[in-house]
Amino acid sequence: MIGNTCLMMSRIIWRNRYIILRRTVQIGLLVLFGGANWWGWKFLMGNYSSAYVFETFYLADPHAVLQTFAAGFVMSTDAIVGGIIVLLFYALIAGRSFCSWVCPVNMITDLATYLRKKWKITSKENFFSISRKTRYWVLGLGIVLSPIVGVAAFEIINPITLLHRGIIFGFGMGWAVIIALFLFDLLVVEYGWCGHLCPLGAFYSATSRFALIKVKHDVNKCSMCMKCFGVCHEEQVLHIVGKHSGFIKNECSNCGRCIEVCEDNALKFSIYNTKI
Amino acid sequence: MGINRREFVKTTAVAAAATAIGISLPKKMLAATPEKSEGNWRWDKAVCRFCGTGCGIMVATKNEKIVAVKGDPAAPVNRGLNCIKGYFNAKIMYGADRLKQPLMRLGEDGKFSKNGKFKPVSWKVAYDEMEKQMRRSLDELGPTGIGVFGSGQYTVQEGYAMAKLMKAGFRSNNIDPNARHCMASAVGGFIQTFGIDEPAGCYDDIELTDTVVTWGANMAEMHPVLWSRVTDRKLSDPKRVKIINLSTYTNRCSDLADVELIFKPHTDLAIWNYIAREIVYNNPGSMDQEFIDKYMQFATGFVDTGYGMRTPDHPGFTDLERQTVKKEVSKKISKEEAVTLGYLGFKEGDTMEMKHRDTPKGHWAISFEEFKKGLEPYTLNFVAGLAKGNADEDLASFKVKLKLLASLYMEKNRKVVSFWTMGMNQHTRGVWVNEQAYMVHFLLGKQAKPGNGAFSLTGQPSACGTAREVGTFSHRLPADMVVANAKHREVSEKLWKIPSQTLNPKPGAHIMKIFRDLEDGKIKFAWVNVCNPFMGTANANHWLKTARKMDNFIVVSDSYPGVSAKVADLVLPVAMIYEKWGAYGNAERRTQHWKQQVVPVGDAMPDLWQYMEIAKRFKLKDVWGAKNIPGIAGGLPDVLPEAKKMGYTPEDTLFDVLFANKEAKSYTWPDPIGEGFHNTEVEGDGRTILGTNGEEWKGYGFFVHKYLWEEYRSFGEGHAHDYADFDTYHKVRGLKWPVVDGKETQWRFNSKYDPYARKADTGEFAFYGKALKKIGKGNLQGIDKSAGKVDLTNKAKIFFRPYMDPPEMPDKDYPLWLSTGRVLEHWHSGTMTMRVPELYRAVPEALCYMHPDDAVKYNLQQGDLIWIDSRRGKVKAHVETRGRNRMPRGMIYVPWFDEKVLINKVCLDATDPISKQTDFKKCAVKISKA
Amino acid sequence: MADTQNMNSRRDALKTMFRGAGLLGLGGAAWGSAAIRLKASELTLRPPAAIKEELFVKACIRCGTCVEACPYDTLQLATLDDHTAMGTPFFKPRLIPCYMCTDVPCVPVCPSGALDLKNIAKQIDGVQTEKPDINKAKMGVAMLDQEACLAYWGIQCDACYRACPLLGEAITLEFKRNERTGKHAFLKPVVHRDVCTGCGLCEHACVTEKAAIFVLPRTVATGRVGAHYIKGWDEADEERLKNMKEAQTKKSSPEDELNDWEYLLDDE
Repeated sequence: MIGNTCLMMSRIIWRNRYIILRRTVQIGLLVLFGGANWWGWKFLMGNYSSAYVFETFYLADPHAVLQTFAAGFVMSTDAIVGGIIVLLFYALIAGRSFCSWVCPVNMITDLATYLRKKWKITSKENFFSISRKTRYWVLGLGIVLSPIVGVAAFEIINPITLLHRGIIFGFGMGWAVIIALFLFDLLVVEYGWCGHLCPLGAFYSATSRFALIKVKHDVNKCSMCMKCFGVCHEEQVLHIVGKHSGFIKNECSNCGRCIEVCEDNALKFSIYNTKI
Repeated sequence: MGINRREFVKTTAVAAAATAIGISLPKKMLAATPEKSEGNWRWDKAVCRFCGTGCGIMVATKNEKIVAVKGDPAAPVNRGLNCIKGYFNAKIMYGADRLKQPLMRLGEDGKFSKNGKFKPVSWKVAYDEMEKQMRRSLDELGPTGIGVFGSGQYTVQEGYAMAKLMKAGFRSNNIDPNARHCMASAVGGFIQTFGIDEPAGCYDDIELTDTVVTWGANMAEMHPVLWSRVTDRKLSDPKRVKIINLSTYTNRCSDLADVELIFKPHTDLAIWNYIAREIVYNNPGSMDQEFIDKYMQFATGFVDTGYGMRTPDHPGFTDLERQTVKKEVSKKISKEEAVTLGYLGFKEGDTMEMKHRDTPKGHWAISFEEFKKGLEPYTLNFVAGLAKGNADEDLASFKVKLKLLASLYMEKNRKVVSFWTMGMNQHTRGVWVNEQAYMVHFLLGKQAKPGNGAFSLTGQPSACGTAREVGTFSHRLPADMVVANAKHREVSEKLWKIPSQTLNPKPGAHIMKIFRDLEDGKIKFAWVNVCNPFMGTANANHWLKTARKMDNFIVVSDSYPGVSAKVADLVLPVAMIYEKWGAYGNAERRTQHWKQQVVPVGDAMPDLWQYMEIAKRFKLKDVWGAKNIPGIAGGLPDVLPEAKKMGYTPEDTLFDVLFANKEAKSYTWPDPIGEGFHNTEVEGDGRTILGTNGEEWKGYGFFVHKYLWEEYRSFGEGHAHDYADFDTYHKVRGLKWPVVDGKETQWRFNSKYDPYARKADTGEFAFYGKALKKIGKGNLQGIDKSAGKVDLTNKAKIFFRPYMDPPEMPDKDYPLWLSTGRVLEHWHSGTMTMRVPELYRAVPEALCYMHPDDAVKYNLQQGDLIWIDSRRGKVKAHVETRGRNRMPRGMIYVPWFDEKVLINKVCLDATDPISKQTDFKKCAVKISKA
Repeated sequence: MADTQNMNSRRDALKTMFRGAGLLGLGGAAWGSAAIRLKASELTLRPPAAIKEELFVKACIRCGTCVEACPYDTLQLATLDDHTAMGTPFFKPRLIPCYMCTDVPCVPVCPSGALDLKNIAKQIDGVQTEKPDINKAKMGVAMLDQEACLAYWGIQCDACYRACPLLGEAITLEFKRNERTGKHAFLKPVVHRDVCTGCGLCEHACVTEKAAIFVLPRTVATGRVGAHYIKGWDEADEERLKNMKEAQTKKSSPEDELNDWEYLLDDE
């Protein structure tokens, strides 16, 4: 009996291993950042715009650095180097994993999606639809607008950093934006923000094409159960599933949800190589 | 249209008050009845609650609340101006944590327990326990087993009532005000020099002088309104008027000063002697020889008098403390002292035994030649080398300043006022340095003349009016009389209508000694009145522990939960300033009365009521029988038979005899002067307060404030301490005593202005003070018992006093001087002003002021939290290397208003051996990062 | 048929394109105007060593490291309702002023260059060093409302003066006689803007209900004389002439001016 419970538990954990890991990483980072402000820890100061690590080097949001550059200001070396480190990390190694492993908005939108499914909220096809490509337009528009308005255009309205700053430094009225974002995902468009609009997601999607860590699909094992489609936030990236083996590319955020639900072992994390 | 004499006297008093300041006042301002103006506001005159300046204020009342405060434009001191504290006289009354009901430490069983938690109790329960505890101490230890911490913030009537209760009632002289910490050395100086207390001059000196010299008086912050008058005088004639600021660090007075003279702590003794030496040796022509011959006697006294500490064998000391305390019995002569005490045969390294610890006041007449000999060592070179306080200043420039200082004093036709406060009073040779100020002014004949004089300022609103004039000190009686003088006791016993020999002839415990006696178990009941001594007394660790760890009972009557209340056993909520009738006397002898404006908050009751209510609990048979007094053979006699002859019965209470006697009841209520005003003590005030007997408080029925005032003033009448009658003070903006024939006195001892001096008929001056006017003769080395006595009637003394080191100086273990003091924004221990949000925000915490180089030296930065550590205790404070006080290297300054930075834990409780006033300005500390 | 279909799909494509362009334009306009509004922060006080405000809002990466470095909780990051660019650091002296730490911990941690140590670099013997000198900070400048200032009424206050870390330099007292009382003096605080760092300790200390002395950004609070008015008695003042801008004169020719005379006769 006890053995059974244990087995069940470990099965549940196994079936949710990535989600548990992701939440651990997301919350752990928040605690580390928060600790700097609340208790004066020195591990990670700052936030996702820029972080001061162990009081030795900086990390920076490459998208913000780019916008600032577009707005007409060359940031100091600390920020530029920090931006390049982050960019290289995602572009060459981790892919778009910022979105599902780090970004705190992901927890909000995941919750919205979970509830949307649970409460069976589906907006009619034509009621309001946004192309998943919109985010690239937003990304471009942000860069174009930056020199016009003389400020990093997306950063000034960025709900991601707003949420992160809010958690660490206090929200002010900022929580209203987060509620709006939550309601948008809950009631209007599924994965509305992360999957359609967020230019940061677009930025990492665009830059991480050749990242080493990617989900690999083995069509030979696939039983075409389609469970992966049911959980994927970016269904379009699964277009090869059941058709041919290969790596899941483009907007895939390496969340690993498809791997967890795949009972055929047809999906797994792997090291990208172009030969396949 | 007839005007009777009484009315005439009154009007002239009013006119005198107005003309003294040279303006005619609008009729409205002189209106006898308070003004009712728009919105049902009632404006009435009152006095500022804070410092000794004595600014007049107007308070507006509406619906039983003080709703506004403004400066009183008719007040001669301040003409409608106040400092920023003055405007919050109302706000201090309405802090959120104002004490509103009696609180007592109760155990689980609901009864008093030393280790219990504070819980509200009724007045009756509070007084039952208080009576029980008082009786316990009196039974065990006799009259000296109880003690009262009095105050320079008592109203005149409160101080008078408490002094009468303790001295005439309980026959205990253990009542001493916190004013002991504040101006006892000034008193010592006055009594020894003049034979009568308090300044000769008045604030008008500021407008009349050419030179203001501040000696250890940061008037810019501590007496801001007076400082603005000094500033105005400077501006009125910038070339002629000179301002010299002598201080141990740069303070805000230096902004205005022509010369800033930073001296090493304690070397003011040497600087005064340098000036005297310049006069006597190099410029004898500057002396007013006729004045000296006619009115002066040179004198000197003992030097081996200790430092007012306990002896090192006391078991309560730690070994570290003993390093300093051992100097109480003997000390090594330093290089400097070898020079200044050379006349006694001391050489460097010699040991001086403190042989005259018990007779520090001893002094005798000497000749001018002897006096001159004593001054010999104080050459410019010696004094400059000894006294230069700023290591970064070069000696030559310091010498120039010293010479300039002396030449300004000496300049013919230049009027000079020397002001001082705590720098000279809180000093282990405070009486000496006070006397030295008079020495210089007397030599030059620049004393007791308009615009000329050494002028001791006071810190507290009624340090003069109550603590000193009423005589709430452990050795004093009203009107400058003392308990040790049989004649004075007799006079007092007659006026108080108590049997002969009721009064205890042995001076009681001064404030330091009350604490020490508590620690030694010699006092087991203490009552704190209108002050916060557990925060305001040096070496606080001892006293805080004593309050909590020893078998004693501490009652604190206070308005807010300050440090003293926190370590008490019973806390009684008091009515604050305008919630009661009262009177204060300021530093220029100006007595000012006010009326009760509003009903006290909560169940708070006036201090006066609290004192009289305890008097109801004791019968004559309890207190007037034979009593043991340590140190008096045979103790105090049984005076009950005598009392019976006077018509008292042993069953009469102290209240009946001392406060509700026939005389008292003749002051009836209602009284026209009180029309429209509350009088909580006299008739209740509309609140339902269950009194100390558990019944609703309805009032005493007679005008107790007026009675106490009139009885009190009978002490001084005809003895150069004359006051006007009660009603007059409610019509004028204060009067400077002596008030003779309705006229106040601006300059005492000067026949032109002082009727008492005229009466003495000794020419231009008469130093008619009565005390210590028959003294022995001798030379610098000592008294010659065979030489007889000299009679100094109508004369004053010029003392020679040498320089000596303070008992604790920086050394390699404790390398820094520490000085403490106040800031403008906060009053004393901050119990009131720290509760005013505006003042709190302006200065929210006490900082440790430090020279930036010292910060670097100790590896500290601006804003760092540090430990300040002495042989006695330590506190944490933040470093401030900028701001209002600029310290010389080697010295730090920490204000004492902040109970979170309880700097008195660090301070040394060494006192002047004569005045028993603590030196809060000097001790040795070390600092380290916290 | 195929043609029609082609036509239709082309028309659809065009329609989509126009719709997209319209949306993009609309979105861009809304976003742009929002961004301009949100960055408007003329009245914001920035940390010490901040670069010029218009550059600062660009440069600041909004990481809050300076906020975390501040030991007094003086600095805060702007939220949506703070009337300044969201996420940028600022302070409100009436709440918590800048205590002017001598090591200026907030500045060196800035990764973006928005806070630039060069702006407050310590000069030793005329040579710029890597060390900060907080006294050179120019966060703003204290303005004094004389009407609301108690000291200007004659009341002994000067709380601001005593609170000033550069007491005697940034704020001095001006003494003036009080004719009304005939025996008191005004001790009026006067701010010296070339020394004032804008730390706001004065504003914090001010005892009036709304501070009578308050810090404003220097760009808002200060005027500029320009190069025309030179102090003839002060040689150093001629320095300003070097930065004189080309004067703008009227562009029309003298003939054009002369020929424009008929209006002189115009009665209407």
